[in-house]
Amino acid sequence: MTDRPLDIPYREREKSVTMERLERPDLPIEGTTVPQDTELFTINLGPHHPATHGVLRLLCTIEGEVVRDLVPLVGYVHTGIEKSCEKQSYWKVIPFVERMDYLSYYFNMGAYCMTVERLLDIEVPRRAEYLRVIHWELNRISSHLFWLATSMLDVGAITMLWWGCRERDYVLDLFEMSSGQRMHTRYFQIGGVVEDIPPGFDRKVRDFLALLRTRLDQYEALLDKNEIFLQRMKNTGIVSEERLLELGVTGPLLRATGNPWDLRKAMPYSAYADFDFKIPVGKVGDNYDRYRVRMEEMRQSAAIVEQALDGLPEGPWITNNRKVALPPRHELATSMEALIHHFKLVTEGMRVPPGEAYVAIESPRGELGCFVVSDGSSKPARVHMRDPSFVNLQALRDMAVGGLIADLIVAIAMLDPILGGIDR
Amino acid sequence: MPDATELELIAQEVRARHGDDVVVGTTYYREQATLEVKPEAVRDVIAGLRERYPLLMSVHGCDYLPEEPRFGVHYQLLNMRNPDRLCVKTRVGLENCEVPSIVGIHPGANHQEREVYDMFGVVFKGHPDLRRILMPEDYEGHPQRRDFPMGGEPVLFTHNEHQMPRWYD
Amino acid sequence: MLRGELEGRDLEEYVKERVWLTTLEKAQNWARKNAVWPLGFGLACCAIEMITVIGSPRNDISRFGAEVVRGSPRQADMIILSGRVSIKMAPIVRRIYDQMLEPKWVIAMGACSSSAGMFNNYALVQGADKFLPVDIYIPGCPPRPEALMYGILKLQKLIEEQPDLSWRERYRSHGTEEVA
Repeated sequence: MTDRPLDIPYREREKSVTMERLERPDLPIEGTTVPQDTELFTINLGPHHPATHGVLRLLCTIEGEVVRDLVPLVGYVHTGIEKSCEKQSYWKVIPFVERMDYLSYYFNMGAYCMTVERLLDIEVPRRAEYLRVIHWELNRISSHLFWLATSMLDVGAITMLWWGCRERDYVLDLFEMSSGQRMHTRYFQIGGVVEDIPPGFDRKVRDFLALLRTRLDQYEALLDKNEIFLQRMKNTGIVSEERLLELGVTGPLLRATGNPWDLRKAMPYSAYADFDFKIPVGKVGDNYDRYRVRMEEMRQSAAIVEQALDGLPEGPWITNNRKVALPPRHELATSMEALIHHFKLVTEGMRVPPGEAYVAIESPRGELGCFVVSDGSSKPARVHMRDPSFVNLQALRDMAVGGLIADLIVAIAMLDPILGGIDR
Repeated sequence: MPDATELELIAQEVRARHGDDVVVGTTYYREQATLEVKPEAVRDVIAGLRERYPLLMSVHGCDYLPEEPRFGVHYQLLNMRNPDRLCVKTRVGLENCEVPSIVGIHPGANHQEREVYDMFGVVFKGHPDLRRILMPEDYEGHPQRRDFPMGGEPVLFTHNEHQMPRWYD
Repeated sequence: MLRGELEGRDLEEYVKERVWLTTLEKAQNWARKNAVWPLGFGLACCAIEMITVIGSPRNDISRFGAEVVRGSPRQADMIILSGRVSIKMAPIVRRIYDQMLEPKWVIAMGACSSSAGMFNNYALVQGADKFLPVDIYIPGCPPRPEALMYGILKLQKLIEEQPDLSWRERYRSHGTEEVA
């Protein structure tokens, strides 16, 4: 550590990722005590690997089968989304931003829209809030189902891949029903949602939720009593709660250690204060607790969706402020102001008063925050998403060091990294 | 959120503890509190605020190009007991682009400060491992700056198809 | 059965129903197209839809023979580039493509690998065909699983009918090679 890092030549600065341990196996690693005569072997769990959930590259230093050090290298799917957002008008940023964390696209949209609404200081109608909550919780269910499918594939329970993807297809059918597209639906707009739900949506969601409950029971019956599964998951990858809090980790990883921090209950946003649900927490903080927390979260999400459908209020689904939301098509034939507003919105976009805001919501992986700086024009000056996977990745070293390579794979699976969010 | 009066009290406390000129300003906009401090004092201020705001949620940067100083680094702090957020902000210019690193206090800032360095070029003094995280290691330039070009290639329309190399042959 | 129980015309009919006469190329192409084994390679959001195609009971490609997803590029026939190819990842994709053995095919799935999609910026390679010869492009962001299956079926038809024709000859697009 030095006070002037730029004085060191650039290649020297990358010393932490050299393979010098191949020549000098006696080099100590900070934080561990490794005897002098063991042989450390640095391998590269490369960006193309069946088990890395995307293009995550890990440099593991292993001693036999035990992992001694871990350096994650990211950036292989960096798309420059934040820079691209600076030349789009505010509502055109929504498709860019939703492709960051590509499993929880409603959450990305929701965080951004809420930030811009905070800057504009407009109210979102109640019906739109409830619709947002319904879609958020359905997306949480589909994200956890996909997590279940792929991580159980890594652990070895390959049946869960088929079952998890099958249930997820039902949720994507519901999204297709409400917005026309399975993924990346551009459903949330600044001021509300883009369109009301069609008439059969309510019944289909309730049918799906009833099905989900029986299916979750089947999944637990398959996995929870399986000796191999329990041995792989229990007491592996334990990180203490203080360490996770130091690293800024939130979400199911933190809740598995016993800390009930959930932004939906602690700092309620949107319509979450109207619903009655519990926050599942774990006891020990090992991989098994993380799995149980996510399974239980799916059940709680189903309860929230049912309550939201029961109490769905009537009303507009997007704000009436014509400077922000497009007027309905039938008005364009009769009203001149509506035509002018439509024209201004489509060509130039909305103008946002200058300022900065940071709004955080609870995504399936933790706290997803969006920071928007506006300079008074119709394009944002800076959009930054505080992605939960990016911060959670720092916990991987603590989860995996000291365990076997097999535990490393399970740790990556339980961490649930989404590389699109890490790299943006 | 701390409201406006509480924010002023926090600013007074920081001034009392670290010196009068450390706090450059306070902003309370749309119910969000921002405390702007001088870049050299960031580490002390955040360490001093640790009892009130023990967790760091995010470190991010912003380029306010026409205004000087140009780069802003924002630290989002969180209190879990009575849920509360505070943003601590500093501004640095292009010539003296250095901010002390807070990795010693909050280890979770490691990757995030590397991202701010990668995207803006702000150097964090005392960071254990300051390398590029998102761009390739030998990339030149800091992409998120306002004067960095967007890149990509021009889109092919009928009005410029004859200027592009002969794709239709 | 063939020891003299059928005579003359019956024997001819019998043989015609059970024996095929074909050329070696046609047989080879038929075998190749029905067993195209993809490499397990997912980059970004399109990978989710690709996993849905491989792993979901509703749309699955194992009925077309492409179920066996190989982990190693040396054992795979086809690479489905599902997702955005950034400039940091491009040399790695090229190295994996070079490691695959002939015959090999490339499907560029989604808008981002066909042409960088909506990301016209510094961080993406503007289309995977700048450094790889691509056989099938599947538009969509992300394409529906049915669209990906249609693309794989089109690839199968391609293998059956014109296996040797490189894509540059087929679309008469000479002049698009990158001069490095």
